[in-house]
Amino acid sequence: MKPSPLHFKTYILILLIVIFGPMGNLLLGKGMKSLGAMAGWTPAELARFVTFVLTSQFVWLGIGSLIVFFVAYALVLSWADYSFVQPASAFAYGTAAVLGHFVLGEMVSPVQWAGIMVICLGVLIVTRTPPRTTETI
Amino acid sequence: MLTEMVLFFLVMVAGTAGELCMARAMRTVGEVTDFRPRSLIAVALRALRVSWTWVGLGLMTLAFFALLAVLAIENVSFVVPVTALSYLVGALGGSLFLHERVTGRRWAGVLLVCAGVTLVLLGKRPG
Repeated sequence: MKPSPLHFKTYILILLIVIFGPMGNLLLGKGMKSLGAMAGWTPAELARFVTFVLTSQFVWLGIGSLIVFFVAYALVLSWADYSFVQPASAFAYGTAAVLGHFVLGEMVSPVQWAGIMVICLGVLIVTRTPPRTTETI
Repeated sequence: MLTEMVLFFLVMVAGTAGELCMARAMRTVGEVTDFRPRSLIAVALRALRVSWTWVGLGLMTLAFFALLAVLAIENVSFVVPVTALSYLVGALGGSLFLHERVTGRRWAGVLLVCAGVTLVLLGKRPG
């Protein structure tokens, strides 16, 4: 299959999806964990929560990453098949595991690594099909 | 048990159906070729005028609240079958609702992704 401009921009946006989706979740998680559990629903506690969210750079970076993720997802669906984009985006599980392992020092079990290998194989097979099989609706 | 089954169905089907409606809305908007911020804002405004966008957002909201409800009565292991099966539902929906050509090769890839996602999520379980 010869790579085309359609392939190129599809892969670029899927790359953005699989990087910025897990990164947004990681940054938001890191930001919210540093806040800790809310002690209650009192006005003072809610004010502390809102102040924290508005001043946390991790939260803002997380929100920014998730916006990039969502925009990329919506844009790629304007031309590529959903049945192509959805499984191809599952590569994000690999990104999440690598980020978790190297940034947060989380343990990734052998079963998870095996799963990531199987996902990669699945994504490789899906990306050997044409990104678009329909015309604009 | 019936409540759990209904919620399970809602999370899996409404979530994926919501994404399918968003995909349909974006296909109605048409292929985006200009990626400058001003053009992207115009695309977003066009998408908001497509009724499928609102159906999609409604279904995704429904799925989100169904997930919250099910997590209140079930444990997190519920996420495993729902997440894995959503890839099969997505490919089926792409074929039936968006008329995409899901070939044997694409099905094979989707099945492998389902299996891989199941392993990743099962591997997260303590012990």
